[in-house]
Amino acid sequence: MDATKCHLDIRDAISKLCSQFDSSYWQTCDRENKYPKAFVTALTKGGFLSALIPKKYGGSGLSLSAGAAILEEIHKSGGNAGACHAQMYTMGTILRHGSEEQKSKYLPKIASGELRLQAFGVTEPSSGSDTSSLNTTAKFDGKNYIVNGQKVWTSRAEHSDLLLLLARTRPITEVKKRTEGLSVFLVDMRELVGKSLTIKPIKTMMNHSTTELFFENMPVAPENMIGDIDSGFRYILSGMNAERILIAAECIGDAKWFINKAQKYAKERIVFDRPIGQNQGVQFPIAKAYSKMRAAELMLRQAVNLFDQGKNPGEEANLAKLLCSEASWNAAETCMQTFGGFGFAEEYDVERKYREARLYQVAPVSTNLILSYLAEHVLDLPRSY
Amino acid sequence: MKILVPVKRVIDYNVKVRVKSDGSGVDLANIKMSMNPFDEIALEEAIRIKEAGKADEIIAVSIGASQSQETLRTALAMGADRAILVVATDDVNQDIEPLDVAKILHAIVVEERTDLILCGKQAIDNDMNATAQMLSALMGCSQATFASKIELAGEKIKVTREVDGGLQVVEVTLPSVISVDLRLNEPRYASLPNIMKAKRKPLEQKEPKDFNVLVKNRLEIIETNEPAERMAGIKVSSVDELVEKLKNDAGVI
Ligand SMILES: Cc1cc2nc3c(=O)[nH]c(=O)nc-3n(C[C@H](O)[C@H](O)[C@H](O)COP(=O)(O)OP(=O)(O)OC[C@H]3O[C@@H](n4cnc5c(N)ncnc54)[C@H](O)[C@@H]3O)c2cc1C
Repeated sequence: MDATKCHLDIRDAISKLCSQFDSSYWQTCDRENKYPKAFVTALTKGGFLSALIPKKYGGSGLSLSAGAAILEEIHKSGGNAGACHAQMYTMGTILRHGSEEQKSKYLPKIASGELRLQAFGVTEPSSGSDTSSLNTTAKFDGKNYIVNGQKVWTSRAEHSDLLLLLARTRPITEVKKRTEGLSVFLVDMRELVGKSLTIKPIKTMMNHSTTELFFENMPVAPENMIGDIDSGFRYILSGMNAERILIAAECIGDAKWFINKAQKYAKERIVFDRPIGQNQGVQFPIAKAYSKMRAAELMLRQAVNLFDQGKNPGEEANLAKLLCSEASWNAAETCMQTFGGFGFAEEYDVERKYREARLYQVAPVSTNLILSYLAEHVLDLPRSY
Repeated sequence: MKILVPVKRVIDYNVKVRVKSDGSGVDLANIKMSMNPFDEIALEEAIRIKEAGKADEIIAVSIGASQSQETLRTALAMGADRAILVVATDDVNQDIEPLDVAKILHAIVVEERTDLILCGKQAIDNDMNATAQMLSALMGCSQATFASKIELAGEKIKVTREVDGGLQVVEVTLPSVISVDLRLNEPRYASLPNIMKAKRKPLEQKEPKDFNVLVKNRLEIIETNEPAERMAGIKVSSVDELVEKLKNDAGVI
């Protein structure tokens, strides 16, 4: 099905919802580094963040294509879903690997929005992209797992009740493979903040509510471990395809926003007695950005379709993330250049979206790491790291 | 009480309309279509009346090409209980004229025994502003147009109308046709669970002949033109200059 025709009803509702949060809303949030609370509340109340949670746990039980449509529309409207997209998919780890008890305890409350699970603690300052070398440890003291260490770039931790945490439960020296010995915990931060857990906001070039986390003898009950001990890396990996696909959808939304902005401005702005868009030097980059967006969108669509058919589209999910983030960045550059000096003025939103769109070259996985994946796993070239 | 809300599928109000090169109408190819914004307001009001416990059922009706089904699904997702689609043409470019629409609506009103018909004051595509008035004439009942406030009290409804001189308050007795204006309310967006529920709500498909109506366009469109392009404004530096320009350039004083 044509990508833009899919979930028309959902797209329509989202675009109406987003029209209540205009550019001045986003500009204010950005300028004041404020969490877009009213927007997140509207999405939560509308049930859009629980689209992927099965019906029996209070969600809408929709497939990933619905999630992709929601996030794409948010970005296409000029908004940003970064403040809450993780509420949509972080729960996937519990859904796939949690016990029935954990699922029925947490998922209904996550679906209603009563519990926010939108913090994901994987990246550490010393390990970076090399996830399996992370240093945060969780040691069992006979009663609880005691967590010590540090995370960085844990986004939305201040706006989340729960944290999905990856920590080492068996020292790297005692495992055959580095990817073994890691476990996933569902941490209820509400009881721990200010005691054994410290959250420190990081100032960044965009409004993303990202933080550093410090754990000092932080107790986590054994029943809060997801799945089997020492097998956590695999659980985190299993959620990556969905995450990559959803982020790719946000990128396509961004690309569409930039192209639309550039197209309109190029028609309206008169210099040398003609619309700037009449110059091929201005219109060709926009046409190129459009063609790149459409091509990337096709890859996204294929990844979504395979995912929804129950396949494990590692290649397509990675390709979609790569191509869509490149398409959005290319569109951002083109839009900025089309606007000339006015692109730098906050009033037009271009500079804000430009800063926001840049993130996806780096997070949640950097472009190089995707290329390494393709080289190693698809093209069968020697592993480079 | 049942409320009937007719909804029309029109070009989305955000879309910049383009006239077809042969002047035969506006270009609808690959254009985003939506529910007529005034109809959305009428539907929102109906939902609020039902939520206040003053109505039992809301029926949304759309008359046009089969694509109007999408508009009805939106109405169901917003809160209509069921929908009737009257497929009156297979050509999306054909506009069904107000009199035929009113006749079909009249037949539905009789069949469904609805007391209150809430509709948009006009459709933003052809701006006819006629259906509500015609329907009320066919029904031989009261009408109140351009409503900016609607207050129900038993059989009576107090309607505040937006008229040129300000606000006019009228009282009508049921059954009645009320057409709504922009400032009546702000329509809701559908929630995801309601969008999902709407897919299972009843949507009945009919044809004009089911209501003994023969759809026949009486108006012939001779030509469609782009509106004249608006000229850029200018800034004047003094009152004197303004007066001078109004006198000599604009010729209005
Ligand atoms: C705003 C923001 C929000 C984030 N949110 C979260 C979050 O919620 N949770 C979370 O866990 N993490 C989060 N991250 C972290 C993000 O996932 C990492 O920044 C990303 O994975 C890259 O890790 P790094 O920053 O340590 O870069 P590094 O690993 O230090 O890499 C630096 C550069 O070197 C390149 N590089 C590294 N190794 C190789 C190699 N072998 N071959 C080729 N190139 C290489 C990388 O591609 C990159 O360009 C966030 C980051 C940002 C900026």
